[in-house]
Amino acid sequence: MSNLKDTSFATKLLHAGTQTDPVTGAAAIPIYQASTFHQANVDEPPAFEYARSGNPTRAALEEVIAELEGGTRGFAFASGMAAMSTVLLLFSAGDHLIASDDIYGGTFRFLTQVLPRLGIETTFVDTTDLKQIRQAIRPNTKGLVLETPSNPLLQIVDLQGAAEIAKEHGLISIIDNTFMTPYLQRPLDLGIDIVVHSGTKFLGGHSDVVAGLVVVKDAVLGHRIYFLQNSIGAVLGPQDCFLLQRGMKTLKVRMDASQAGAERVAQWLCEQPGIKVFYPGLPTHPGHEVQKRQAAGFGAVLSFDTGSEEKAKRVMARVKLPIVAVSLGGVETILSYPRLMSHSGMPAEERHKRGIGDGLLRYSVGLEDPEDLIRDLAQAFAD
Amino acid sequence: MNLDTRLAQIGNRRDPQTGAVSSPIYLSTTYAHPALGQSTGFDYSRTKNPTRQTLEDAIAELEGGVRGFAYATGMAAIAGVFGLLRQGDHLIVSHDLYGGTYRLIEQILPHQGITASFVDTGDVDAVEAAIQPNTKAVFIETPTNPTMRITDLAAVIGVCQRHHLLSIVDNTFMTPYLQRPLELGADIVIHSATKYLGGHNDVLAGLVVAREEQIADRIYFLQNSIGATLGPQDCWLLMRGMKTLALRMERHQENAMVLARWLADHPAVPKVYFPGLLGHPGRDVHLAQSTGYGGMLSFEVEHEDLVEPLLRNLDLITFAESLGGVESLITYPARQTHFDIPEEIRQQIGVTNSLLRLSVGIEHYDDLIADLSAALAAAEQEIGLKRR
Repeated sequence: MSNLKDTSFATKLLHAGTQTDPVTGAAAIPIYQASTFHQANVDEPPAFEYARSGNPTRAALEEVIAELEGGTRGFAFASGMAAMSTVLLLFSAGDHLIASDDIYGGTFRFLTQVLPRLGIETTFVDTTDLKQIRQAIRPNTKGLVLETPSNPLLQIVDLQGAAEIAKEHGLISIIDNTFMTPYLQRPLDLGIDIVVHSGTKFLGGHSDVVAGLVVVKDAVLGHRIYFLQNSIGAVLGPQDCFLLQRGMKTLKVRMDASQAGAERVAQWLCEQPGIKVFYPGLPTHPGHEVQKRQAAGFGAVLSFDTGSEEKAKRVMARVKLPIVAVSLGGVETILSYPRLMSHSGMPAEERHKRGIGDGLLRYSVGLEDPEDLIRDLAQAFAD
Repeated sequence: MNLDTRLAQIGNRRDPQTGAVSSPIYLSTTYAHPALGQSTGFDYSRTKNPTRQTLEDAIAELEGGVRGFAYATGMAAIAGVFGLLRQGDHLIVSHDLYGGTYRLIEQILPHQGITASFVDTGDVDAVEAAIQPNTKAVFIETPTNPTMRITDLAAVIGVCQRHHLLSIVDNTFMTPYLQRPLELGADIVIHSATKYLGGHNDVLAGLVVAREEQIADRIYFLQNSIGATLGPQDCWLLMRGMKTLALRMERHQENAMVLARWLADHPAVPKVYFPGLLGHPGRDVHLAQSTGYGGMLSFEVEHEDLVEPLLRNLDLITFAESLGGVESLITYPARQTHFDIPEEIRQQIGVTNSLLRLSVGIEHYDDLIADLSAALAAAEQEIGLKRR
């Protein structure tokens, strides 16, 4: 379909980026495994020359994510970190960045252990408090890196408020939209400049493809990111592009089911003694109102603090349904222990300062029946 | 064990459960932990994936290094290795290197406070003279792309060792089948595996091998942190290609030798760049440090105006970027691979507007010659080239 502007999200998911094969009429985008493309005329370069610079299968995926996020241009990368690290190379030696203080461990590692070697410094603040963003701005501040809901504490950043500050001070605002996906939250509509995804998570949705995506609205920014994508070359291979696009077709139905499950599990967890629950769908969650305003849902990831490392370990040893693993956003429920997994790159002191306790577990709700998940958790909690 | 044997055996005996001779493709992004604090060795596929591991072990063994790394593209591999540098560092590079590497060095590294000097690395004294107090590494291509200049690897690596510089060699044109720079003391070898290693023009990939653990640890940290890793299906395709590397390389270079000689005799071709031709500068050095000439050659046509009709009249040889595949490809470096290099520098390194690069495939050489012969004749006629 050529004009999807007025269609609903569910329709866009199925019909964006699929008009690409006029020869056979194939309903699914072909996997173009070619590394290079024949050029009929030296003076008129074709649309695709070399697959790092552009590949038809990748182009279809990039078109879909741009359409879904309401941007003008999308980019696919080898992993979520490849997407984030490429975007962060928009900045130069001498630049300063501000980032959410409970950002994903991999992003934290890149900001603290890779960028400083290139002369790029980052200040971490509690971005749920817009004042702290303002206070951290220096003359050389160039970018704002956000995650909302954050990982693993599901804290909510007021995106519109943050985007306004960024605009006022000429900062490039970047948000990791992995937890929400464009189905639930479209940051470009709220004034954010760049959306980054770990496509490995809800977008792919089947724990079977590692991928990253980036979307921008502004053409100049799109041009700069394309330059970096092509020059650094951390692109996504065509088979992975196909798998990711295939997964995205069911994003809405998966997200609806997983989110309903997460709400049910969160409610049940709240009734358990000694358990502290982090889920933006709970009215008691400090970011609940902001989340309601800026997103169409609360997502399918929640965290809960069991109170101690010992208790967390007991739950992990006893649960039978979720796989105990890193990652999230798959059809299978995944239980993670941030301390030793996603946030192992963060020193203990930093981790505690950010409220990521030793008893904290992250629970990414899959497509299992929520009552089965609850029964499983109940037996794991039993004395 | 001989290299061709190792190549054929890539991935075999890796799956004790089923005995699968072809290594399985593990698409899983994440891996269940047997218990907390226990791991199967695999946690998350960006960090480590069984299919990628098989490939990384294979290239490390082939190049004679301690550890291999697989990336989304050759450029992702090079960018990953350049991550070893930091703000204030300086790099010495071959002056006629691949345009993509040139772009990275000229347009991205300066933003990170990293500078570079371009020198003719074929001249060891020029390399030594370019060393500054903040120089950290030397990056070499040999033979270079596209004019096939030869660098004396042992000599330049010797300079690097004396000055405690990292020596990095892009071994794409030769592959470990013909040249193993780590055995000559280089610290790091890089490949665009899209080319000969994959060999079928159907997979983009980059590979890196480190000679010693300390550097390998740093490279691994960067690979995992930057995340430009190669997907498992592409890893499998690449290994599948590598199994026939020895056979393909033999045929590529046999064909290239025949074509180089034929071109050298053609009246409309004043210059041929191929290390196998007698009189090619650096030929003796190349022969001493490698076991073959490879399948790449470049040639200059008599007049720039011949280029367009020549390319148009080729029926068999594909006009496309890239190289190293079973199909012969012809490239116009000034417009394609080396487009990002300023014209003045291009002229200096011989990448003129009359230069064409030929990646000789594994077709029958008679057919390739017939195609080139007919296209050259048609082009000469079109522009009305009169021969005295």
